[in-house]
Amino acid sequence: MAVVFEKTKMLTDAEFHYCPGCTHGVIHRLVAEVIDEMGLQEKAVGIAPVGCAVFAYNYFNCDMFEAAHGRAPAVATGIKRARTDACVFTYQGDGDLASIGTAEIVHAAHRGEKITTIFVNNAIYGMTGGQMAPTTLVGQKTTTSPYGRDEAWCGKPLRVSEMLATIEGSAYIERVALNNNANIIRAKKAIRKAFECQMSGKGFSMIEILSTCPTNWGLSPVEAMKWLEDNMIPYYPLGVFKDKTKEGE
Amino acid sequence: MLEQNLFAGFGGQGMLLIGQFLAQAGMMEGKYVSWLPSYGPEMRGGTANCSVCVSDSPIASPVITKASCVIAMNRPSLDKFESFVRPGGTLIVNSSLIDVKAKRDDINVYYVPANELAEQLGNMKVANVVILGACLELTKCVSVDTVLDAIALKLGKRKAHLVDINKHALIAGAEAVKAK
Amino acid sequence: MAQTLMKGNEAIAEAAIRAGCRFFFGYPITPQTEIPEYMSARMPELGGCYLQAESEVAAINMVYGAAGSGVRVMTSSSSPGVSLKQEGISYIAGSELPCVIINVMRGGPGLGSIQASQGDYFQATKGGGHGDYRMIVLAPASVQEAIDLMGDAFDLADKYRNPAMLLADGIIGQMMEPVELPEMKEYVVDPEKKPWAATGWKPGDKKPRAVVNSLYITTEELTELNERLQARYAEIEKNEVRYEAYNLEGAELVVTAYGTIARICKSAIDELKQEGINVGLIRPITLWPFPKNAVRDAVMADGVKGCLTVELSAGQMVEDVRLAVNGAKPVEFLGHAGSLLPTAEEIKEKLKSMREE
Repeated sequence: MAVVFEKTKMLTDAEFHYCPGCTHGVIHRLVAEVIDEMGLQEKAVGIAPVGCAVFAYNYFNCDMFEAAHGRAPAVATGIKRARTDACVFTYQGDGDLASIGTAEIVHAAHRGEKITTIFVNNAIYGMTGGQMAPTTLVGQKTTTSPYGRDEAWCGKPLRVSEMLATIEGSAYIERVALNNNANIIRAKKAIRKAFECQMSGKGFSMIEILSTCPTNWGLSPVEAMKWLEDNMIPYYPLGVFKDKTKEGE
Repeated sequence: MLEQNLFAGFGGQGMLLIGQFLAQAGMMEGKYVSWLPSYGPEMRGGTANCSVCVSDSPIASPVITKASCVIAMNRPSLDKFESFVRPGGTLIVNSSLIDVKAKRDDINVYYVPANELAEQLGNMKVANVVILGACLELTKCVSVDTVLDAIALKLGKRKAHLVDINKHALIAGAEAVKAK
Repeated sequence: MAQTLMKGNEAIAEAAIRAGCRFFFGYPITPQTEIPEYMSARMPELGGCYLQAESEVAAINMVYGAAGSGVRVMTSSSSPGVSLKQEGISYIAGSELPCVIINVMRGGPGLGSIQASQGDYFQATKGGGHGDYRMIVLAPASVQEAIDLMGDAFDLADKYRNPAMLLADGIIGQMMEPVELPEMKEYVVDPEKKPWAATGWKPGDKKPRAVVNSLYITTEELTELNERLQARYAEIEKNEVRYEAYNLEGAELVVTAYGTIARICKSAIDELKQEGINVGLIRPITLWPFPKNAVRDAVMADGVKGCLTVELSAGQMVEDVRLAVNGAKPVEFLGHAGSLLPTAEEIKEKLKSMREE
């Protein structure tokens, strides 16, 4: 019998713990496939965050670290400086990266750290049960913004890609979404570009992935996709915010 | 022999540096030495002092509270450290900048116009070395020649031409206290 | 080898390099800044890595990443900065990684002062971060000893897969003394010796892929980790206790003190000896593991009336001394918080008054 499809060897056989309809599983597979296709498994070192993806070290089939909350870019820096030929990536959510870990991500970008960050933005804290994130939209109800996020009280949500694109050391920054097949294919291309950027030594790369959280949004997976399209994409526009890969070609 | 020297002045007067010359020279003579600076935001203009122990046996504490010799390069240093001189010990006062006399009568006080002597040598910057010369003459804790070697080492090749004026400064300081 | 006159901080840095450390992540803070300054000049000469992190928090996490990759790595800071590192130290201990942390202590609490202090004894020896962990804590009393202990710190950290701290007061960092430096050592990561390190993995490799982690979500797994750690700590307590015993023969009283303060105590002891009064000293070199048996034996010896602990703090190590003596004889304390150094005169007076009691 001919083999027509094989699961990438960059994922272990461990079963994902993610909720039904959550896009973490898709993102894991995209990242794993890219690393596999680029032949980087042996050099790959991933850093799992604190958040829903805390167990990512069980899924990515390569050397893995688990970092303290928000510190993944600093841990990645230590690894990459110790092993300059390694392929180092952090996998972080919006609480981890855009709240407690802002100093670490900004300065990893600022130093032009040759690492790749996969930033999963679902506008909410998932693991702790649906609290407000810096990326929570104005008016969005969470367990710590029960009346909806109040702009006067908490400010407007943080656009991380736009912010990091202003930093000289960032080399490739793109925001993608997983709301349809075309965008999933785009996301994979973006992830590949980010890893290529790292391995060619151009600098810091980050792919922000707009993602759903049906459980904590209180929506079905289909409704959640629609909510992402109607509410997140207008505030968080998709596209490339920084691309140094063409320079010097 | 345990010589406990405390060199005090304001930042920029080179008190920490002459302390290092003395410690380096002591080590070169095979003695036990320690050099402990005051440190902090007063690096420029504030008070700066260092404690230098030179001994024939291992030094227990590098911290000096009963000094055998205190150099006071400016007025605040005299006010603060006169009491640190052990009875019978030596106090050297920079009379170029300090216009008052020491209060105690149970110690040996010497007044050295370090800045003026340095000026006569043509380089105001060696006032610290002048007063170190006085200290060496009075305490004999290391030889002048070794201190010159230590100074030459610290100055390096690029500033080797300055060794000579430092030598004259050491002599001028020694002469100033001999004349007493 | 010829002696050179070196400042404590610079000597510590050079000794670390000579112990094979080629990775330094830090952040400036007085009174340890000469360590990063020295490293920033020296590491590039050797093809090593000096990186000024954005914060102490980031620095210790960079250490975590490099330590997990198997290299010899260190960070240095002073009290307020070391407080910021506590989260990372707990993770490093929980992930069973070796590394070396320097704390050149200054006065506290809060921003405190920049003068010397011993106020971080509790933080260093009792676990400043969360969870049941221990750090090997080495306390030098001279620049030469700081050099010697740096090499030991890296070896012990590797041997026990545990963070080790060099706990020095500001005086050790700032003081210059004649020293002899050890020979230069090159450290090469050996995946056979550090099979847990993330040195690269592919399917089919004999060893499993590295997972550097301190998360053990089930009670059973976390219990297993803690039992493993506690067994290791018991080994360290059994094998690695170090202290200096001074003038114990025929002592009427015993002083316990560490670091520079122990040297002031030695001055007091020497002066008392000339007056015909015999006082002994136990100077812990490892603060953890604490030399409790040595302290107990010295204080419990016939003819010893009691013990005086002297610290540049409000009294921290004295608690360990009291645990060791366990109420059998009086243990008194002399010290100052706020960086005012205890003087030999003060110590002598206190010892004389204890003698007359």
